[in-house]
Amino acid sequence: MNSPNDTATPKTGQNRSKLFVPEPPFRPGDTPDFSHIRIPADHSPGRPDPMVDAYDTEPQATGLVRVLRLDGTIAGEWNPKLDADTLREGLRHMMLTRCVDTRMFSMQRQGKMSFYMKSAGEEAVAVASAMAINKTDMVFPTYRQQGILMARGWPLKELMCQCLSNAGDKLEGRSIPVLYSVRDHGFFSISGNLGTQMIQAVGWGMACAYKGEDGIAVAFTGEGATAEGDFHYALNFASTYRAPVILNVVNNQWAISSFQGIAAGQGKSFAFRGLGFGLASIRVDGNDFLAVYAATKWAAERARRGGGTTVIEHFTYRKEGHSTSDDPTKYRPKSEPDAWPFGDPIERLKGHLIVLGEWDETRHEELHKALTIEVRESYKEAEALGTLATPSKINPASMFEEVFEDVPTHLRRQRQEMGV
Amino acid sequence: MAQMNMIEAIRSALDVKLSQDPDVLIFGEDVGYFGGVFRCTAGLQEKHGLHRVFDTPIAEGGIVGAAVGMAAFGLRPCIEIQFADYIYPGYDQICSEAARMRYRSAGEFTSPLTIRTPVGGGIHGGQTHSQSPEALFTHIAGIKTIIPSNPYDAKGLLIKAIEDNDPVLFLEPKRLYNGPFEGDPNIPAVSWAGHELGEVPEGHYTIDFEKARLHTQGSALTIICYGTMVWVAEAAAKAAGIEADILDLRSLMPLDLDSIIKSVKKTGRCMVLHEATRTSGFGAELIAEIQEHCFYALEAPIVRVTGWDTPYPHALEWEYFPGKARVTKAITKMMEG
Ligand SMILES: Cc1ncc(C[n+]2csc(CCOP(=O)(O)OP(=O)(O)O)c2C)c(N)n1
Ligand SMILES: [Mg+2]
Repeated sequence: MNSPNDTATPKTGQNRSKLFVPEPPFRPGDTPDFSHIRIPADHSPGRPDPMVDAYDTEPQATGLVRVLRLDGTIAGEWNPKLDADTLREGLRHMMLTRCVDTRMFSMQRQGKMSFYMKSAGEEAVAVASAMAINKTDMVFPTYRQQGILMARGWPLKELMCQCLSNAGDKLEGRSIPVLYSVRDHGFFSISGNLGTQMIQAVGWGMACAYKGEDGIAVAFTGEGATAEGDFHYALNFASTYRAPVILNVVNNQWAISSFQGIAAGQGKSFAFRGLGFGLASIRVDGNDFLAVYAATKWAAERARRGGGTTVIEHFTYRKEGHSTSDDPTKYRPKSEPDAWPFGDPIERLKGHLIVLGEWDETRHEELHKALTIEVRESYKEAEALGTLATPSKINPASMFEEVFEDVPTHLRRQRQEMGV
Repeated sequence: MAQMNMIEAIRSALDVKLSQDPDVLIFGEDVGYFGGVFRCTAGLQEKHGLHRVFDTPIAEGGIVGAAVGMAAFGLRPCIEIQFADYIYPGYDQICSEAARMRYRSAGEFTSPLTIRTPVGGGIHGGQTHSQSPEALFTHIAGIKTIIPSNPYDAKGLLIKAIEDNDPVLFLEPKRLYNGPFEGDPNIPAVSWAGHELGEVPEGHYTIDFEKARLHTQGSALTIICYGTMVWVAEAAAKAAGIEADILDLRSLMPLDLDSIIKSVKKTGRCMVLHEATRTSGFGAELIAEIQEHCFYALEAPIVRVTGWDTPYPHALEWEYFPGKARVTKAITKMMEG
């Protein structure tokens, strides 16, 4: 008896298809060589008017928008012409982000918290985006845009208390570390379920448009999670209803251990996906603070002028592990982060400021020291309110609250059963 | 008071809320110009405008996801999923997002959205237009599940749902849209015309959740049911010649456990009815609670009559549906025991 799933099709060799499973260019043991990636020095695609026809952004969607050369000089049409104070502010936010990440990672290693996620190498994406939009614009982040919170000045102690799930955690220890929710800083509650925020951001943008409010929604996803249906719903709804939204795809080359090609397939770029939906689309050098800033400004202007949604792919690189729970040397060469040809976003902005004569190594070192102290002091204050290793001070009864607006009868009964 | 069928009562509820509250928006597949495949939104776009009542792409995950974003913003979207059988692409946004938003953000963001969707069989809908997935939602912390059995309740509960600050799944038993149904396909269909529960106020009123409705009173037996099965229960009790407390739950989550306990303690016998598949169905939950609270009052084992644990078959729809004949037989057997 054949089972109904037996393949009974003839095998005559007429079908030449071979199942294709993409693999990253380098695995552990290989010497990474990215010389095939052309780094455009002067040929960044031009900056069209923000109200350009979406389909005319094809050069931007397939090329790479850049402002900063690797030597710290600038080129092309996208220079946002920021003054030195703003550049130094951006540098500070990025350095603070990395400083916090370093501290929290080591505290996780010491057992003070269950988990942590760094954003090393991607600080420009979060910080420059945040600086290019209004503070009242709602961002719908993933777990790797903590730089937005630095740029918007959320007190470090509050961030740290969330990670420590301690008595100072406004979210009452309900979520794992880094899944922040900071409404008063325009930072939407982070979901653990990848991709869901993209279509929610479009709904938020639609609401802004319906109410005639100034705000826009600015969403982020990793490149891996663009494969989720929610991303495609977002593109479709954004296009249909011309929602004032920016949909950012942070292409950091890796989704845990899967390289970007698993999600990308034969796509020309992640930005190019936007064009298929009739959305303006830009691929930007995500390690170039000025380019991220300029592209975001452009997209925000387009959104506020009624031009609808822009898709921005940030081409960057995840320099460290996915989280505290993995070891990247198990799936990629140890030297790959250093071989990555687009440099480090902090070093690049620093280099630019030095070229401008607005910064030097001594000031950089002093700032780094000052930030380290600031982070250490904040952490001390946060830790005084408890860690994962100390007995929790969170009231157990709070577990039953905010499931609904009011505690319904069955939850009251369960609360009694638990004895609190 | 006006005479309304369930479709008109639902439309009237939507109309009342659209008129009262500019933050209420309605969207879903074919709900705009056309007015929905069951006509529940007919005329609402014309009356309230394209921005208030509009069509969406065929993407249930997108419909719910966009509604979650709007609701977090502060609007009150009331969305339609064309058939409950098509709610699954939106399941993640309902369970992981809408239902969790208040909790995970400690109240910073909430999800005051209503999801309307037709459920149940009896209209030759086959596997893909007949399902009753209520238990997949009552199992989820943070979402309310409501199911009316008549026009009067439908309107009052729907207005309540739209005004509620938590996400509400509003299940519409499609076999009851045009009239009550005894669960016997050989009897000609009746309409809501002239029916007491088809008398519906034209203006605003609400019905509280967590309050079951005592549909008929009797001392022989308690029948716990909701949606279409309320009418089947009434016909079956009559056919079996007994007087039963028929409890129409209306609200599955939160559940009016007190009314259930009170009735079962009074009658000493209990039957649980639903159209959905049996295993892990909402009946299992009811029975667990009843035995815990009423064990010493029970004179016989609790009986449940449900749809079979199969997909909803097309040609054998009436063999699947727990109709009047099957329920009558079960009552008779139970009363003999
Ligand atoms: C729906 C869902 N599926 C799987 C996961 C587990 N998961 C967490 S992060 C991750 C990788 C995401 O990669 P990417 O989108 O590229 O973002 P990145 O981590 O690189 O910033 C996976 C698979 C999840 N959280 N949610
Ligand atoms: Mg990634």
